[in-house]
Amino acid sequence: MTGLALSHFSAALLFAVFASVVFGITQREGARDQMRYGAYCFAMFVGGVIAAGWVMWLIRH
Amino acid sequence: MANSRSKSATAELERSSQNAQPLTAMAVIAPAVGWLIPGAGHLVQKRWIRGLLLLVCIVAMYVLGLKMDGHVYQPNSGEVLDILGFVGDVGAGGLYIVSRVLDYGQGMIQHATADYGTKFIIVAGLLNFIAVVDAYHIAIGKKK
Repeated sequence: MTGLALSHFSAALLFAVFASVVFGITQREGARDQMRYGAYCFAMFVGGVIAAGWVMWLIRH
Repeated sequence: MANSRSKSATAELERSSQNAQPLTAMAVIAPAVGWLIPGAGHLVQKRWIRGLLLLVCIVAMYVLGLKMDGHVYQPNSGEVLDILGFVGDVGAGGLYIVSRVLDYGQGMIQHATADYGTKFIIVAGLLNFIAVVDAYHIAIGKKK
């Protein structure tokens, strides 16, 4: 198995999608709460990535 | 506000404890099957959508990790961090067994994203551990 070279950001997005779905299903009861919590986790993952990116940019400049 | 939240959490915990069923065959089978095949612990309890979503997400994450040339850890390397990696990997159950049998994930890491692949594989296993615990909670009636 070789060859898949994702960019850093697309890898982080995929990671956020899969982890958020599992967190939503396992950490809440009821479809509505599960979807809401999954969306919250996704936003936190992606927001964290963007925030960390800006912090690294500021450190470098 | 924090006090009322704490009270509602305590009430929720008490309600969950009251709803919990004694140990049944399903409480053993669901986690075991769920470990071997991600999502299957939910599927055997007729939680079709949740089971399929868990199956797709965990398998996709593991396979993407392998496709990115991620490393699959072995149990007997002797390095502490490798042992932790193995604990994460082995959570994927059948996926880990198949990839070891087919000798996937044993090549040299030659590019930066391969390290992401290694993390994808570990996290897929860890997410499956969470799914297994969730299947157990459903089986004992702690969760619907």
